Amino acid sequence: MSWIDIGSIEQIPVRGARVVKTKLGCIAVFRTAEDEVFATSDRCPHKDGPLSEGIVHGTSVTCPLHNWVFDLNTGEAQGADEGKIDTYAIRVENGRLMLDAAVMERSAA
Amino acid sequence: MSKKLVVIGAGMASGRVLEHLLEADKEAYDVTLFNAEPRGNYNRIMLSPVLSGEKTYEDIVTHDADWYEENGVTCRFGEHVTQIDRERKVVVGQNGEVAYDKLLIATGSAPFIIPVPGKDLPGVIAYRDLEDTNAMIEASGIEGGKAVVIGGGLLGLEAAAGLKARGMDVTVLHLMGHLMERQLDEAAGYLLRRSLEDKGIEIKCQASTAAILGEDKVEAVMLQDKTVIPADLVVMAVGIRPETRLATDTALEVERGITVSDAMVTSDPDVLAVGECVEHRGQLFGLVAPLYDQAKVVAKTLLDEAAEFEPKEVATKLKVTGCDLFSAGDFAEGPGREDIVFRDPARGVYKRLVLEGDVLVGAVMYGDTADGNWFFGLIKDKTDVSEMRETLIFGPAYQGGDSLDPMAAVAALPLDAEICGCNGVSKGQIVEAIQAGSTDLAAIKATTKASASCGTCTGLVEQVLATTLGDDFVIPAPASICGCTDLTHEDVRRLIKSKELKSQEAVWQELGWKSRNGCHVCRPAINYYLLADWPVEYQDDPQSRFVNERKHANIQKDGTYSVVPRMWGGMTTPNELRAIADAAEKYNVPAVHVTGGQRIDLLGVKGEDLPAIWADLNAAGMISGHAYAKGLRTVKTCVGKEHCRFGTQDSTGLGIKLEEKLWGSWSPHKVKLAVSGCPRNCAEATCKDIGVVCVDSGYQVGVAGAAGMDVKETERLMDCTTEEETIEVATAFMQLYRENAKYLDRPYKWVAKVGLDWVKEQIVEDIENRKALVERFELSQSIYQKDPWAELAQEEEAPKFAPLANLTLEAAE
Ligand code: SRM
Ligand SMILES: Cc1cc2nc3c(=O)[nH]c(=O)nc-3n(C[C@H](O)[C@H](O)[C@H](O)COP(=O)(O)OP(=O)(O)OC[C@H]3O[C@@H](n4cnc5c(N)ncnc54)[C@H](O)[C@@H]3O)c2cc1C
Ligand code: SF4
Ligand code: FES
Repeated sequence: MSWIDIGSIEQIPVRGARVVKTKLGCIAVFRTAEDEVFATSDRCPHKDGPLSEGIVHGTSVTCPLHNWVFDLNTGEAQGADEGKIDTYAIRVENGRLMLDAAVMERSAA
Repeated sequence: MSKKLVVIGAGMASGRVLEHLLEADKEAYDVTLFNAEPRGNYNRIMLSPVLSGEKTYEDIVTHDADWYEENGVTCRFGEHVTQIDRERKVVVGQNGEVAYDKLLIATGSAPFIIPVPGKDLPGVIAYRDLEDTNAMIEASGIEGGKAVVIGGGLLGLEAAAGLKARGMDVTVLHLMGHLMERQLDEAAGYLLRRSLEDKGIEIKCQASTAAILGEDKVEAVMLQDKTVIPADLVVMAVGIRPETRLATDTALEVERGITVSDAMVTSDPDVLAVGECVEHRGQLFGLVAPLYDQAKVVAKTLLDEAAEFEPKEVATKLKVTGCDLFSAGDFAEGPGREDIVFRDPARGVYKRLVLEGDVLVGAVMYGDTADGNWFFGLIKDKTDVSEMRETLIFGPAYQGGDSLDPMAAVAALPLDAEICGCNGVSKGQIVEAIQAGSTDLAAIKATTKASASCGTCTGLVEQVLATTLGDDFVIPAPASICGCTDLTHEDVRRLIKSKELKSQEAVWQELGWKSRNGCHVCRPAINYYLLADWPVEYQDDPQSRFVNERKHANIQKDGTYSVVPRMWGGMTTPNELRAIADAAEKYNVPAVHVTGGQRIDLLGVKGEDLPAIWADLNAAGMISGHAYAKGLRTVKTCVGKEHCRFGTQDSTGLGIKLEEKLWGSWSPHKVKLAVSGCPRNCAEATCKDIGVVCVDSGYQVGVAGAAGMDVKETERLMDCTTEEETIEVATAFMQLYRENAKYLDRPYKWVAKVGLDWVKEQIVEDIENRKALVERFELSQSIYQKDPWAELAQEEEAPKFAPLANLTLEAAE
């Protein structure tokens, strides 16, 4: 697997998110209270709410538009809501955020 | 003939190597042992008990002169090695050379000294060896001496506790948000901080040291925010760096540490390294357990036996009496993980397990660490825990039965904790009343007056009844805030005040939250309660706010934002209108709407343009209208007596003054005001949260109106005679609402709960109290009344509104 350096973990607020633009739309990159990081599609399957603007709690995010909650590990909507967001591999290496380079191929395709 | 082994450094790692080596084969090597410290091997980790006075140096010596003698080790203590010559295979010490067949580098670590002015002043020391320890002991002899410890990790805290035990005034400065952040999560960090503070140690987190001050010895430490803390002693315990200088000079392979193979051999087959100075598979070491494993491998390699070092999980304990904490494994990074959290606020216990699939990968516990080693075993052995998952957190002795108690928070309150704020009734008084026969809420109300006024403490009084009476009392189930807690908003508000909870971690822990850090329902409420009750101590947390309040703009259904500048009292000028028109054009704003709140809304602004459009509006003198805030929104006014033939007072002027006083404050829900110049009421003041209707004799102040989902006329709070009095009454009402209402209750809903009579008692009848409310409001405003747009349009903030990276551009290359 190859990785792209998309920035430093410090650029994302704790319990917050930033987006990365790709050709096929934005990817949200989340940082939890314990400095875990996750990358998912930024679009809520309900009505396209920007998930990067949601409240991050535990390892979940709540969509800012109508409060659907997604598990960042699996991308699955929680509770009664049904839907799934795409998740992408990401890891932290010496404080740098390394995103799965497959998103580039995806976007270049 | 024996081969020659030279060892550089007589530390904990090389000490173990020598034990294993000599035990296996005494004749294999002639050993020469160099040590920069003027002594042989001792148990470095026990320096902390030496510092605190629980042990002496003699107690912690591991290898004395006799041992070296018996084992034929040539000791060159107090002598630095200055060079390794690999060509000639000799080690150069200060007093001469020694030839080697095999060389072992075991130089440990050097303390990291932060490069600030004054770092070299006498009185600034690190914490690494006996010399440092003795220097601290000596400094603590000064009557009323003050110590500042920089670094809130393992070492720093042990130093702080030791110095405190020796009678010094100790302040710990820690750069990060919570103590020991590498070993502990926030919750455990919070508990640790609390028990250290109970010992009288002062702790400052997020404290960045700017300089150490002093003429010819240290006198004080200055922080980045210019705070100056007096100090006779400064201990730097901010971290360590592998001591690799000798290795680097002789061109061995060095990354952060000296790189070694699994057999502990460096890039030179005749040179081995062990301990904190090495780097193995990219990893550094700072605790002794893995070093002991390394030592076994080194001994074998030296004897030409095959051996491989395999790093294992390590567990951390803090050696401070009364602070029981344990952490092991990895509870931080990595997707696919789940938490199990247990809190028992009554006993100050916190436990958290981190699972990855069916395997335990991390454990943090505070207060009750008895099961630590059991969990550590599960982590090391990667035991499949799926069978015992449900009860895992209760430990090996678990016999069944759930010990989580939602009542624990109230049970843990001291008897003098205030339960009813209105009538000043303590838990003890309620318990007494119960014991004297008042066994239901009505009786408690009658005998103690608790919950007889505003009623927000009803839930707590019921819980006191329940904990005192046991099964004889059944609590009518009130709605809790959300699934994270069994407490209601009102309970939590009271407990935040009576237990003086001043951080989110304090709330999660002391009130037994069931999730790690709340959810989108409770966290914004808790953030509000904390900032309203402790404006000075608590720091607002944008990440606990709904997007609108974090971005200071209303999110639209397509993810764009709307921008509404303040128009004081509904007044504007040609200049402002021009600036708005220019901004609308410049940022391609698709819609401009005149709002129902007498101002102008620019709808459809792109998120990344926000800082720029704000800067433009700021430049024309406009600030945020907070059209997104649970806080002061608009103050509508009519033209009043300045222009209107019926006007009785300057309604526009008063509206502007009210807006100037109240803007920027956060409240449980939005607050809207209006001021009409006469009872014709063109500003619709009688359906606002606070509405003023001017009459010939003065100002009628009404409150608790509504014209949204419910429509309700305001109720008259008071008739005022002057503008000053009107402003004072409105401000006091705002503060009373801020301090008491449940999050997301508009004033009309809150007043319906507490009763207008109670509000009048607080504001109209009790003038002292009214003034105190205004004072508290002003204190809060001294912190919160600032334009968020101006702050976020700053150079260092604005880039945060843009994407982190743009991969569409790279793809185009
Ligand atoms: C912009 C504006 C409509 C307009 O173009 O005129 C507006 C727009 C919104 N209103 Fe309003 N309200 C606006 C005046 C009103 C008024 C009239 C007034 O203030 O005189 C009311 C009735 C009075 C009142 O406040 O109750 C009003 C009652 C509501 C309510 C119902 C509140 C209630 O307690 O019943 C909501 C929902 C809420 O807040 O939970 C709401 C919520 C909203 C939100 C914030 C919905 C949302 O959460 O996204 C709308 C944001 C639109 C946007 O993206 O900008 N808006 N809204 C008005 C802005 C006034 C301003 O200058 O700040
Ligand atoms: C106060 C304190 C408390 C600690 N508490 C714990 C704990 O509770 N649990 C835990 O697991 N760990 C603890 N540690 C960490 C533990 O002590 C270290 O991990 C361990 O001592 C490292 O062993 P080492 O042999 O690599 O280095 P050291 O023990 O530091 O030994 C290195 C030796 O090499 C000498 N040396 C360096 N350069 C030269 C040179 N050029 N020439 C000659 N000699 C040289 C040094 O003087 C030193 O004596 C603590 C450390 C300290 C300071
Ligand atoms: S009335 Fe409804 S649709 Fe119109 S602005 Fe208010 S909330 Fe939005
Ligand atoms: S768009 Fe996300 S919940 Fe509706």
